[in-house]
Amino acid sequence: MWNMKQLAYGALARRANQIKDELRQGVRKPYKEVIDVFQGDLHGAGMKPLTFVRQVLAACVYPPLINSNNLPLDVRQRAQKELGRCVGGSVGSYSAAAGIPEIVHSISEFIKRRDGGIPSHPENIYISPGSQWSISNILNVLVNREASPRTGVLIPVPCYNITVLSITQLGAVTVPYYLSEEQAWALQVEELQRALESAKGVCSPVALYVINPGNPAGYVQSQKSVQEVIRFAWEKRLFLLVDELYQDCVYGENCEFVSYKRTLSEMGPPFSGTVELASFHSVSKGFLGECGLRAGYVELVNLDPAVMKHIHTIFSKDSCAPVLGQIALDLMTDPPKPGDPSYPLYKQVGPENCTLVINSLPGFSCPPLEGGLFAFPRLNLTPKAVQKAKVTAEMQEDPDTFYCTRLLEEGGVFTSPGWEYGQKEGTYHIRFCIAAPQDIMEELLRRLSSFHMTFMKDFS
Amino acid sequence: MTLVTVGKIQPIASDSARRRGSTGRPWGNTNTQGEEARVSVEELLIAELLIFFFSFSMFQITLQLQRCARDITNMSQQAVNGISHRGRVLTLDSMNPNVKRVEYAVRGPIVQRAVQIEKELKEGVKKPFTEVIKANIGDAHAMGQKPITFFRQVLALCSYPALLEDSKFPEDAKKRAQRILEACGGHSIGAYSTSQGIECIRQDVARYIEKRDGGIPSNPDNIYLSTGASDAIVTILKLLVCGEGRDRTGVMISIPQYPLYSAALADLGAVQINYYLDEDNCWSLNITELRRALNAAREHCNPRVLCIINPGNPTGQVQSRQCIEDVIRFAKEEHLFLMADEVYQDNVYAEGCQFHSFKKVLFEMGPEYSNTVEMASFHSTSKCYMGECGFRGGYMEVINLDPEVKAQLIKLVSVRLCPPVPGQALLDLVVNPPQPDEPSYATFMKERTAVLSTLAEKARLTEQIFNTVPGITCNPVQGAMYTFPGITLPQKAIDKAKELGLVPDMFYCMRLLEEDGICLVPGSGFGQREGTYHFRMTILPPTDKLKVVLQKIREFHLRFTQEFS
Repeated sequence: MWNMKQLAYGALARRANQIKDELRQGVRKPYKEVIDVFQGDLHGAGMKPLTFVRQVLAACVYPPLINSNNLPLDVRQRAQKELGRCVGGSVGSYSAAAGIPEIVHSISEFIKRRDGGIPSHPENIYISPGSQWSISNILNVLVNREASPRTGVLIPVPCYNITVLSITQLGAVTVPYYLSEEQAWALQVEELQRALESAKGVCSPVALYVINPGNPAGYVQSQKSVQEVIRFAWEKRLFLLVDELYQDCVYGENCEFVSYKRTLSEMGPPFSGTVELASFHSVSKGFLGECGLRAGYVELVNLDPAVMKHIHTIFSKDSCAPVLGQIALDLMTDPPKPGDPSYPLYKQVGPENCTLVINSLPGFSCPPLEGGLFAFPRLNLTPKAVQKAKVTAEMQEDPDTFYCTRLLEEGGVFTSPGWEYGQKEGTYHIRFCIAAPQDIMEELLRRLSSFHMTFMKDFS
Repeated sequence: MTLVTVGKIQPIASDSARRRGSTGRPWGNTNTQGEEARVSVEELLIAELLIFFFSFSMFQITLQLQRCARDITNMSQQAVNGISHRGRVLTLDSMNPNVKRVEYAVRGPIVQRAVQIEKELKEGVKKPFTEVIKANIGDAHAMGQKPITFFRQVLALCSYPALLEDSKFPEDAKKRAQRILEACGGHSIGAYSTSQGIECIRQDVARYIEKRDGGIPSNPDNIYLSTGASDAIVTILKLLVCGEGRDRTGVMISIPQYPLYSAALADLGAVQINYYLDEDNCWSLNITELRRALNAAREHCNPRVLCIINPGNPTGQVQSRQCIEDVIRFAKEEHLFLMADEVYQDNVYAEGCQFHSFKKVLFEMGPEYSNTVEMASFHSTSKCYMGECGFRGGYMEVINLDPEVKAQLIKLVSVRLCPPVPGQALLDLVVNPPQPDEPSYATFMKERTAVLSTLAEKARLTEQIFNTVPGITCNPVQGAMYTFPGITLPQKAIDKAKELGLVPDMFYCMRLLEEDGICLVPGSGFGQREGTYHFRMTILPPTDKLKVVLQKIREFHLRFTQEFS
């Protein structure tokens, strides 16, 4: 059966590309452009890169620009500084395996500032070509392919699908714990407990993967919740893998990002010196949105020094992360200060409006978005729509795939169906990126509303 | 729970191989180019996700079975009060045992010591030298090589497109930048590309290969862009390695080898099969030796892959066309998948030597070979005349790959999301450089020729000077960027090394580093015949500096030999 499903979904992505081609060739549709909010790809969705970042990168790439008056002074000075850190003064040379030492240092300073002064040690930080690369390197050290029972990793449901793929490719077993949609996707310790028990006789769980702020669901964990998770990891001897990619994307009322590292440290002994933690961050999200540059980092806490030696070798084998990406990381963690000519101005688009519109649509419900880049509203489909989905196109289709396909065809909005990320049986969702520029977001919500009303009428 | 493992690549590849075992090819039937199943990343993700999805229901069943036993009291409090000691989760004993076996000499202990010495120098510690020369790694820009102007202009334009208005940039650079930007999502190199790489760049790569190989067709669908060549090499190995015990995949690699291979094989738990290059014949590859190694290995593993590095790293030899033909014939006869590491294809210096691509030779050998032998060829933006290591650009071309395996390959690369887009852009310029009628052509050719002819001169110089030193024997550096001379070490030095718990050539290189500030990689990091000792040195330092380095090594060697004789 899953082969059928595979075809159904592949068809959605292919169809999106086809429609884009058709539009380019002048085929008439009810819309002029497909809004592609299927990935968390900010530039792809229309966000403009930060001028300062790109000016510095351009000057690093082509140093004669440092001496030209085309670029602001602080840009040229910054480029000069970055080049001074590159071996041979060129972004074309390899860096040290962990990354350019000064940049690793500025990341550690950033973490320290973020965490209210709790120290961060540069030797525990590794820069990699994107955070997923770090995640698979750390997983690789954790997962023993030949172990019996096999290594298990607890993962949230819904969960970012690429990480799931990394885990299964390494031969580990995913152990799902469900986030509570009714409570704005809260993470509950009882559910972690249940999940852990469910693994008995199946696999041997060694790690707990957490995404905060969430993807695809837009929750932000409270400090209390973080504490509970840490306590749980301590008690059950689990290694914490914490995806904190969206730490700069928090906008919910009374919400604040509190890092696992900070919380762990503030909890004091016995936790602070024991719980092993890997926290991941990247230039792909946040205010830079530079996915294409491929740079991220991991900070490791409380790791056995003997194991750290092997982690170093594993990162060495990859040569190094792309140097331009490393420089972007530096600009992210050490941005221009207020008063600098290039002090960046970037306003997060209004997600409040987004929830408001979604919740005004009959059949849609979405807890307030607190953070992250995505909306993951629940879709209450009528039995007729579910039925229709099941008999469509000679194959059984997921009702949410059916909805996404129609939304793409009729509304020109490319979203992804909830089953991709995992969802409770009998519930349906769609995921879309909410970080497109204001005008695109408004258009998206207009199209979604109008499509949705017709859809609901057709299947009432 | 077998469902959960369906996502593992290896069993699928191995099943496929077994199913198709009768054809005798590692991965099954011939497929002519152009008719591969086109499977999108999404389609592949879904297989994984479904497995993941199905696992929920299995877990729900487990849950129900265990519900009665569930203790819903607050476990946290109990544990905090009840357990006083909690060991680490991740220790040397619990970690992936394969990771323990991974070593990477090019960035190994000697390099870490070099970094330390640099720090000491900065802090004002007195040494017999004022700077450390890191001749351990093939990093051209680190050694002062200047980037190619045209490449950097286009990349600057791609980074900050407002510069397209700047009249100081030549028109052809602007044209290239505009074309690349148009192929990027949101016209930004900051957007993700597809996991296989930007389509128009793959098309350019395919055209470049066709031109290089005298018109033999290349299909963009067979091109996968990567994060440097290493990434692509590891990816292909991941696909190939499977089986347990005597059925475990064996991978043939040359000795000396580039340590990426041994590291990747250790990580994947594959069996490394060593075949020795013939040092007495300019490090040439000998089919009798390949056969010996293969037959010996068949006793304990299942050899499925043959890796070739041409031009050679660390050994600098360039294979003759005849040798390549022999290797291809051997691979076909023995049903081996060929991995051709051809990242130094533009680095050929010796007179009478020429680079022949494995693909070209394969196709010239006729359909009997070109329709059956499975192969992957690797290239990179890090070497040749541009030496842009920091961009992490590269690609591989796969030939005769089973469409089902290609589907798995797409899934494998999708966990990396995509190769760095600036690296992809750079690769596009490498495969599509300025043409004679374009304004940047003259400068480009001048820069390119200057780099390559200097390298050729340095290759000659290195061989010449080393061969004047008694106790050092150096083969001609026909290509690539390294020399791998043999060194004769006095018995007393060998004993001393043993006493210190070091391999003899590590002891030699450490002494050289401490005394002269020159960082080389000991031959043991690459593999060598027992009882022989070598080091690898890159020929990249600027000519003047290289002369000094060679002279210093010469003096050191004489001193060292005298001390221990």
